[in-house]
Amino acid sequence: MATAATAPQDGISDTPEAVVVRFAGDSGDGMQLTGGQFTLSTALAGNDLATFPDFPAEIRAPTGTLFGVSAFQINFGSREINTAGDAPDVLVAMNPAALKVNIAALKPGGLVIADTGAFTKRNLDKAHYDSNPLEDGSLAKFDLLAFDISEKTIEAVKPYGLGNKDALRSKNMWTLGLALWLFDRDRAPIHEWLKQKFRRNPDIADANIAALDAGHAYGETAELSGPIKQLHIPPVLSEPGLYRTVTGAEAVSLGLVAGAQLAKLPMFFGGYPITPASAILHHLARLKEFGVTTFQAEDEIAAICAAIGASYAGSLGVTSSSGPGIALKTEAMGLAIMTELPLVIVNSQRGGPSTGLPTKTEQSDLYQAVYGRNGDAPMPVIAARSPSDSFECAIEACRIAVQYMTPVMLLTDGYIANAAEPWKVPDPETFAPFPVTFADADSLGLAGQGGVDAAGAGSKGDTHQSVVQPYARDAKGARPWIRPGTPELMHRIGGIEKAQGTGHIDYSPDNHQAMTDARRDKVLGVDRPDQEIALGEPGGTLAVVGWGSTYGPILQAVRRSIAKGRKVAHIHVRHIWPLPENLGELLRGFDHVLVPEMNTGQFKTVLRDQYLIDARPLTKTSGQPFQIAELEAAIEKYFDGIPGNEGGEVPANDQQLPNTGSLA
Amino acid sequence: MNDMTPITTTMKDWETDQEVRWCPGCGDYAILKAVQRTLPQLGCDPKNTVFVSGIGCSSRFPYYIESYGFHTIHGRAPAVATGIKLANPELDIWLVTGDGDGLSIGGNHMMHVLRRNVNMQIMLFNNEIYGLTKGQASPTSREGTRSPSTPLGSYDHPAKPAAFALGSGARFVARGFDVSKKLPEVLIAAHAHKGAAFIEIFQNCIVYNKDVFDDFAAPKGAEARQLWLEDGEPMLFAGGTKGLALDAVNLALTVVDVTDGDWQAAGVVVHDVRNRSLAHMLVEMPFGPFPMALGVLYDHPRPTFEDAVIAERAQASEGKQPDLAKLLATGQTWTVDAAEDEQV
Repeated sequence: MATAATAPQDGISDTPEAVVVRFAGDSGDGMQLTGGQFTLSTALAGNDLATFPDFPAEIRAPTGTLFGVSAFQINFGSREINTAGDAPDVLVAMNPAALKVNIAALKPGGLVIADTGAFTKRNLDKAHYDSNPLEDGSLAKFDLLAFDISEKTIEAVKPYGLGNKDALRSKNMWTLGLALWLFDRDRAPIHEWLKQKFRRNPDIADANIAALDAGHAYGETAELSGPIKQLHIPPVLSEPGLYRTVTGAEAVSLGLVAGAQLAKLPMFFGGYPITPASAILHHLARLKEFGVTTFQAEDEIAAICAAIGASYAGSLGVTSSSGPGIALKTEAMGLAIMTELPLVIVNSQRGGPSTGLPTKTEQSDLYQAVYGRNGDAPMPVIAARSPSDSFECAIEACRIAVQYMTPVMLLTDGYIANAAEPWKVPDPETFAPFPVTFADADSLGLAGQGGVDAAGAGSKGDTHQSVVQPYARDAKGARPWIRPGTPELMHRIGGIEKAQGTGHIDYSPDNHQAMTDARRDKVLGVDRPDQEIALGEPGGTLAVVGWGSTYGPILQAVRRSIAKGRKVAHIHVRHIWPLPENLGELLRGFDHVLVPEMNTGQFKTVLRDQYLIDARPLTKTSGQPFQIAELEAAIEKYFDGIPGNEGGEVPANDQQLPNTGSLA
Repeated sequence: MNDMTPITTTMKDWETDQEVRWCPGCGDYAILKAVQRTLPQLGCDPKNTVFVSGIGCSSRFPYYIESYGFHTIHGRAPAVATGIKLANPELDIWLVTGDGDGLSIGGNHMMHVLRRNVNMQIMLFNNEIYGLTKGQASPTSREGTRSPSTPLGSYDHPAKPAAFALGSGARFVARGFDVSKKLPEVLIAAHAHKGAAFIEIFQNCIVYNKDVFDDFAAPKGAEARQLWLEDGEPMLFAGGTKGLALDAVNLALTVVDVTDGDWQAAGVVVHDVRNRSLAHMLVEMPFGPFPMALGVLYDHPRPTFEDAVIAERAQASEGKQPDLAKLLATGQTWTVDAAEDEQV
């Protein structure tokens, strides 16, 4: 397999099961677009795939610089693919900086495709190369295909009368054309896409198509004479059905729409621009016909507060952000907990603390999600494990929010939000609806009482005596959802401690104790499925426990270890809080528990606290996903007979992007 | 305000059974009574009325009004109210805030609710002090205010709520004070305005900033110190013996004497609530050399935010059937069929 953790193979076989390709260039070179279209063509060819877009925080970093390198990695094959792949087999480098940042990742014997036109003295200097690596033999251990892509692109688009600068914008399409040839892909869908994208500017569309076709034609010609050969990767065996590609941000948006429909509620989404969460706001803003109202608020706080207001008025309030924005929303989450209103909070985690690594992935907001509020403020937390899993998780978040009258946090991360994978389009009919019934005077047994004492005789003589019980609880511990506008049920709620039942201001010791317990018990009682084992058997030597986007690499690493005869199992937790009821028992059945996380060991702490088990951390905080090899090596330490070497920290890995910090 | 069918209520219908917890003598009591007296006059329906507040003395207000009420968190009431209004535009929303809540911690939200023009009445109780936290200087405290946090006197320049509102794009700006008999009139005008209606209500904090507004609010000599504005009427005060004229050289208002009621001869300006330039001059007018301008300073409606949201949603939905199955299958799709599977 292409992502072998053991000794790298020399070169690529003619019919590999899977291949990893990385496109790298300047942030203005259109690498994300190239990668996205290559992904589409790969999906259409029936391969399974996973992608890893990796781009700098700067929109247009100065051209040619190391920190401005943008890359898109795709792992695709004729078998199940769960990760974006460890080391690439093919590296497309559009300039010296892209080569410098990425070459360390390439497998020995891998193929480098480079644009000599961009390897100018100036660009070499910017990338801190003393000599041209395409010429000085430093790439000897790789196959090298270096030629002037810039010049060939200019030639290809000449008939369209573009200036050199505009012509060079089609360089990425020329490169994509070559890649399409290399993996025997159909060009027609990309032609269609270009025509659609540039429908107002047919000349540009034609120029790009010409560049794409020229790149493709070059492949055919080069095969006759050169070092590259076309590779055939047969389609993967998949369950029959309709498929599409989906990113996590898309899947979250679709899941929220589906969740609101299943609850039979209009959705109100309050958002504020932040990387990498903005994509959800962008998607939902185009779905107004589904009863979605999107509100770009003045700040993160207003975004969540408006969502709380909307929930209060009978919509499903949703807000979304990333770590720093979630921090700003914290006080308002407490308000939603105290007023017991439904709310879904999506956190697309990124590297932190503070501004941290806006475009890089991390899982370091788990403490924030589970514990990070003032007071005893319990809140259900669920975590999506992949782009497509985000769909179901978003529905689950909506269900818990409306059934338990509580805010719910859905954790994804930068990797899940941006990465794409094939998705078997689900049938909405297969999801159990959870329609909301708002309280009215009849349902609360108050019809005709006017929300106030009918006789108007209260404790203060002739003023009203409250009979509405907004904080009465059902069997699940949830209070009724009473929309303003409902006759006879006028009442007041707020963030100040409430009296049981009436919801009046009440600071009395017994009441605060009772309400604190009620809020805790309600959340701890959330109906959630028992924990299943993702792979392996119960009761073995080692349980590898993950959550969130580490699913793919853990699954593959455990699969390989099991194949070697190791008694290891993969357990992947979706319900982070409250934890599945059987999880403690399940974990105690193993001799050891290893918790790989892209943080300094946060879920490990929760597991230790909840179950008093010796869960060991395996942590990685380089802003990059785990590689399969790293996990496989960590698992192996439980079977190598050397005591005390288990767990620990995975060092930053220069096979992954970007490592410009140490290079620049 | 809302397009609504007026219903009949009495002042009592708007009172709750909750014990009012403000300090004895607090100006908030007078405002509460004024509001409870006004709501029946407006034909408001308790079930469609929502009082939303932030944090502070003023923000306890919703607990004392028999309607729907939401006591939110410090400064954020405008954001919560915006969400309520967008989710159900039929609701009649009254926002209650103070100088600390609305202009300090919540200043940003106040600016945006005004510029967006979300339809609601915003009552900012200005007592120039933090009351509930025991008397610290607030953003409207006058320079030199001695307080626990400014023992030697404050030195930051105070914000002017009405000027802030106008500068934020408010289309209705009015002023009143707690014990004024004319406060209900101001509330009625605010409710009649479709859009965000900002009312600065000077409110006497009897404990921490006692009688700070006496210069113009005290009954004695009030006539000479209060200018009650009426649309289409000359800007007269002191029993009609003084008025405001335009100083064309300095582009400012100036106080002129009016003899024998001949205000025209004195050049007194006729108030026009739709004149934004005039409103700017009125909110900037320093008290002392000038009277305190009270009543409706500016009232010039424009389309509301929620109407724009509703219109956009309708436009975006036009001719579209919300089909979830179709939505999920959006984009480029491909089919893996069973037959092909078997061949492989």
